[in-house]
Amino acid sequence: MASITTQIFQQLVNGLSLGSIYALIALGYTMVYGIIKLINFAHGDIMMVGAYSGWFAITALHLPFLPALLFSMVSCALLGVIIERIAYKPLRNASRIAALITAIGVSLFLEYGGMLVLTAQVRTYPPVFPETMYVVGGVYFKYGDIVMLVTSVVLMSLLHFTVQYTKVGKAMRAVSFDQEAALLMGINTNNIISYTFAIGSALAAAAGVLMGVYFNTIDPLMGIIPGLKAFVAAVLGGIGIIPGAMVGGLMLGLVESIVSGLGASTWRDAVAFLILILVLIIKPSGLFGKNVREKV
Amino acid sequence: MRNWFNRKNIVSLLAIVLLYAVVQGLIVFDIMPAFYKLTLILICIYIILSTSLNLINGVTGQFSIGHAGFMAVGAYVSAMVTVLMHGPLLLGLLAGAAVAGLAGLLVGLPTLRLNGDYLAIATLGFGEIVRIIFLNMDIVGGAAGFTLPSKITWTWAFILMVVSVVLIKNFVSSTHGRACISIRENEIAAESMGINTTKYKVMAFTIGAAFAGLAGGIYANYMYIIQPGTFSFLKSFDILVMVVLGGLGSISGGIVGAIVYTLISALLAGIPAWRLVITAVFLVVMMIFRPTGIMGTKEFSLGFLRKKGEKNAASKN
Amino acid sequence: MPLLKIEKLSKSFGGLKAVSNLDIEITQGELIGLIGPNGAGKTTVFNILTGVYEKTEGTMTFMDKDVSGLKPYQVTQRGMARTFQNIRLFNDMSVIDNVKVAYHQKTSYSAFSAFFRLPSYFLGEDEMQQKAMELLKIFKLDSKAQETAKNLPYGEQRRLEIARAMATDPKLLLLDEPAAGMNPQETQDLMKLIRWIREEFKLTILLIEHDMALVMGVCERIYVLDYGTIIAQGAPDEIKRNPKVIEAYLGEEVV
Repeated sequence: MASITTQIFQQLVNGLSLGSIYALIALGYTMVYGIIKLINFAHGDIMMVGAYSGWFAITALHLPFLPALLFSMVSCALLGVIIERIAYKPLRNASRIAALITAIGVSLFLEYGGMLVLTAQVRTYPPVFPETMYVVGGVYFKYGDIVMLVTSVVLMSLLHFTVQYTKVGKAMRAVSFDQEAALLMGINTNNIISYTFAIGSALAAAAGVLMGVYFNTIDPLMGIIPGLKAFVAAVLGGIGIIPGAMVGGLMLGLVESIVSGLGASTWRDAVAFLILILVLIIKPSGLFGKNVREKV
Repeated sequence: MRNWFNRKNIVSLLAIVLLYAVVQGLIVFDIMPAFYKLTLILICIYIILSTSLNLINGVTGQFSIGHAGFMAVGAYVSAMVTVLMHGPLLLGLLAGAAVAGLAGLLVGLPTLRLNGDYLAIATLGFGEIVRIIFLNMDIVGGAAGFTLPSKITWTWAFILMVVSVVLIKNFVSSTHGRACISIRENEIAAESMGINTTKYKVMAFTIGAAFAGLAGGIYANYMYIIQPGTFSFLKSFDILVMVVLGGLGSISGGIVGAIVYTLISALLAGIPAWRLVITAVFLVVMMIFRPTGIMGTKEFSLGFLRKKGEKNAASKN
Repeated sequence: MPLLKIEKLSKSFGGLKAVSNLDIEITQGELIGLIGPNGAGKTTVFNILTGVYEKTEGTMTFMDKDVSGLKPYQVTQRGMARTFQNIRLFNDMSVIDNVKVAYHQKTSYSAFSAFFRLPSYFLGEDEMQQKAMELLKIFKLDSKAQETAKNLPYGEQRRLEIARAMATDPKLLLLDEPAAGMNPQETQDLMKLIRWIREEFKLTILLIEHDMALVMGVCERIYVLDYGTIIAQGAPDEIKRNPKVIEAYLGEEVV
């Protein structure tokens, strides 16, 4: 029964690949929530747009993987900023529920606008990577798995560096701590919010391209479920906390592949949401969060 | 019993009966096209859904976005009772409502300690879990769906809608309803005024869930088929949008929201590709320019009711 | 037999001791002041008493019963009501509904009667309406019963908050800076009102106040809190002369 250990390792590899996608999307959720306290429901759909931009770059512009990835990230960064300026900015002082409904509106717009423009037809991602398999101790690594992990790790490190050590990153943290105080300290909060949307959307776009490469097919509604899952991941780690989103994403990926590995793949999504509810009940601030109480 | 028979109630009752009779006449004499009838019954179902969600989100100030989950529970339970157990329709509907209410109680007890966004996420997660459970239940047809005869008529739908709205409205304008409103207004002050806030949040949630279950039962017993996909979080959003569109916290607003939103959907049914895109743009524009909804937190005044009584009479006592 | 007895009460937030080793004793019918510089922990004491915060150590006995660990609504049901430093009215509700919410805990009819408008609903509502109007009359708010609470002028909002607390039928009333933001005339009227309701309802009152004129004018006994501990207590005249108190207020003129 040596196969059981290899089985477990195999699921770990699959889980990490999937989890790194969730983590990339979750980062955008968490950053936006951290800075303007908005659950940006359209985030998963930005990932979808990213997947299509990458597909367009590869099939129509005949770009190789990396330039296509960059192309997709830049276009989605722009899209994210435009969405924020048009739809979310006017509502910055409105009620939370109004902002949430707007986010849902934007999400529906991207999904069904995408359906209208791109048709519901499923597109196939061209094979970007060789179908090479590496076998280490009975565990299969696809070339794609490795690229995915490496890409995610590089992007997350870049993000970490940006947030911790650059001027923009410091300003972001200041704005998320106290928007008004940041404004008084001479930080242009509007620009910082735009940067946040740009970075978050670019990461989602990268996740979209990776997803296209990994699963081969893309369609206009592909963003819904991964979007929700990534959100679960963000809450799991503690929404608003960047390392939390990374860990949450990876954990969720692992749990899902374990559930699938146990032969209960139809229950996979239910397990994800069950974890979500349990986390919320036991420690609503997430694994990395602190509890904050209203001052009386 | 003196207060039952005041002028306001009698005017409202007359208007309700008139509205019912006109539509019933059009149906009996076969003047009403089938699509109109479908739309009217859907409006009744959505009024129950939006009013019950309004009790949770608008009146009590909680933030639930998993209402379709309770609707699904009601739909499937009532279908099981009427089809698998050959029970009468009314029993099926009541069983659906009761089980949905029970689900509301079970979900509400642990999650209602959470506030704002966290509660929203938890209810969303619950809604999805319910859908996946029914998806995996072979006895109710799994993903393919569950077929059942259509027994709901306009009379059923309309009466159940009016009864639901009147009951919820009665609750809201009682001391128990005021307790709920005080939680929305200032939870800490409510608690210091002797209101057991947890109890009232759970109560509002349970009542809301039960009525959503009733609406689900009506839906199932009208539509010939129910599928888990129908009760996805998109459906929850639809209901939430109706409530916000009409005005959070205003019962008549919720009704107006349900009517307007269902009509818009029906009008756009001819161009399905554009339907959701237009709805989406409409939503965003609405939130930017009038985030309080059509009615705000106001209710119809009686003077206004007299003029347009036929349309919205159900919103009054 | 004291009405309220607090012994060795402490509360820490993380490493910070907001209240430590607090002893307060209040007898039925007294009007007690709790004063101290900003950040001394006065409101924290109220919050622990009313169950908003949980104490770290100590005992609290109210009417011979232990009240620690109770939820705020349970504390209110035991007969302790409060107002807030930053007014917390139910802003979008009418003035009379604000008061009716406070009558809720003694409501006679069930949710079931509410749904089906059974006779007990009408009886209960009528009774509540009548009681609420009487109370508003006492607080001179009866002419504004249907007004939305947030539209009241500031002084009346403060009065409404006290009226609302009175509707819970308390034995002990905790007032958190009732005169904050009032002009001298309004403060004078408030002093009269506080004395009057105390007589009328046989009430015991503990009040936090910054306005020294008010505290010295109405309170029979005063506790002075600084850095979470009681540094002095006694009659207003003694407090005025107490060097520790004068120092705590950094030479600030007491009265």
